[in-house]
Amino acid sequence: MNKLQEKATNLLKEGTVKLIIGFEQGNNKIRPLFCEKPEDVEKLIYSDDCSTNNAVYLTKKELIGNDKIAIIATYKEVASIIQLNKENQIKKENLMVLTVGKDGDVTELTSFEEMEKFCEESTPAPDPVVAALVERIDKMSREERWAYWKSELNKCIRCYACRAACPLCYCNRCISEVNCPQWLDPWKSTLSNIEWQINRVMHMSGRCTGCGACAKACPLDLPIGILTKKMSTDIKEMLGEGEGGNVLSTFNPNDKENFIH
Amino acid sequence: MIEVMEKYIIKTEQIDTWLKRIIESIPRVLAPVSSGTKTEFRKIKSTEEVDNKSFTTTVSAKAAAFPPVETLFKYQKDGKDTTLTEESFDKYPETVLWHARSCDAMGFSPLSAIFDWDYKDNIYDERRNKLTIVTFACIQSDECCFCTSVGGGPGNVEGSDIQLTTLNATDTLVEVMTEKGQKLIALLPDIFQPLSEEVDKEAVLAKMPVRFTKEEIKEHVSNAFDSPVWKRQSARCLGCGACAFVCPTCACFDIQEDAHGSHGRRLRCWDACGFSLFTQHTSGYNPRPTQATRWRQRILHKFSYMPERLGVYGCTGCGRCSRACPVDMNLQEHLISIANSNHE
Repeated sequence: MNKLQEKATNLLKEGTVKLIIGFEQGNNKIRPLFCEKPEDVEKLIYSDDCSTNNAVYLTKKELIGNDKIAIIATYKEVASIIQLNKENQIKKENLMVLTVGKDGDVTELTSFEEMEKFCEESTPAPDPVVAALVERIDKMSREERWAYWKSELNKCIRCYACRAACPLCYCNRCISEVNCPQWLDPWKSTLSNIEWQINRVMHMSGRCTGCGACAKACPLDLPIGILTKKMSTDIKEMLGEGEGGNVLSTFNPNDKENFIH
Repeated sequence: MIEVMEKYIIKTEQIDTWLKRIIESIPRVLAPVSSGTKTEFRKIKSTEEVDNKSFTTTVSAKAAAFPPVETLFKYQKDGKDTTLTEESFDKYPETVLWHARSCDAMGFSPLSAIFDWDYKDNIYDERRNKLTIVTFACIQSDECCFCTSVGGGPGNVEGSDIQLTTLNATDTLVEVMTEKGQKLIALLPDIFQPLSEEVDKEAVLAKMPVRFTKEEIKEHVSNAFDSPVWKRQSARCLGCGACAFVCPTCACFDIQEDAHGSHGRRLRCWDACGFSLFTQHTSGYNPRPTQATRWRQRILHKFSYMPERLGVYGCTGCGRCSRACPVDMNLQEHLISIANSNHE
């Protein structure tokens, strides 16, 4: 039993947490694991190779309940937890964030300051494939770009795996499901597929942590991850880093528009 | 047991000549076409477009008869009068589904059972009747495949009008099961040589051990409505529709209105039982309020309700759901675990 499994076993045995969300080896890929009993821990591994961002489960009440739980976190989970906290979606007192170092040592990140520091120190290098594709599309003319996205998003089957896999897509009722008024045609069509992605990306502006879970979840391997990626870059350029860049959760009571009042 | 009406040998290099003739003769030919990292069924205009290498598509072939979205009728309001116009059946072209797999062909049997359960769905029926299916027997499989465990097989001919099996570098076995299949042969009869001696088809097929039986699954799940197994298995399920949309037998649909003032279309489009909205009532009440109850429905529908009511199982073991799932909800793995479980 490694240090992570020891720690997890103790947490469950002592009743410190009710549930531990971590990783296990699945069929040719790493997948999420939910440990409720000490014996579940034998499958627990640490990997930063999981395509899922397990922070997605932290807003699912039916899974996590009201008890204290622990999450084995990589950079992706920690970055999402920080953002979820900014959006008041995390009850910190009910969440234990555990990371695993290169030596296998388990460290608990007890405060958001520690989480910020962890992220600064472990930010992964940008994905060269993503960067190259963004660059390729940047160089296209408007017409070429339109043709590119039409041909890619025409393939979308509207399974909403991109939405389901995103830790920050936690709305109880997604705009795609609202029908009074019907903002988006809910059936598969090239135009409404594009509208859906525009909606998703707009709602992610300044919030997306760039984990790439949306793109990895797409069963058709559509390049939707670069949309949020590009939006993040644009937002940073236009509105700067930090709170100012957190477009959709920032407001000013003195805003000259009256919708705020 | 499906009877094979005729057997031929075609020189493998001549298959494209035949396909070319099919493309010239049939208005719509759907075949696996590679795009990016994936291969999907698309309408082809030339033989070069066909991806003969990848062994399966992400999305099943069901769209050939049950498209992701289709018009049921159009309406036009004029004062107090409303005119309804049904879609003309001429709109549904004669179609050849080329290079499908046995698991695709098998999928149309449960689909037809659903669409013709009591009300005969003439739109589906028309599309299905105009569909001729040419399958290629599987000489390889992957870890998600389990057709042999649900009554199918890599060389199963059920649902196929014609099945081709690559025997060796030069020869391909042609099995014709239906009159529709005979019509395709008749397009270029000279290139098909009658079979002079029996060939060992089984020897070239993918080897796929039977891991469980569908009857076993039915027996286990039919009494397991309250079992904790559903919650345990579905814990990581994200609640997207990927599994249902790639499935060859999932037939759930939503009715939508494409309204433009006084005129519009009523549409049928794919829906998925994994979505929380799927069973949400107008009142706000949801009889399947958790992912566990939705996962249970998915399995029970396929392995209990369908065999009980329609006499056909809702799974062909194609493994597409498992390949498409973002969190590795591997159906075969879950079914093996159910087959080996005691009622809890």
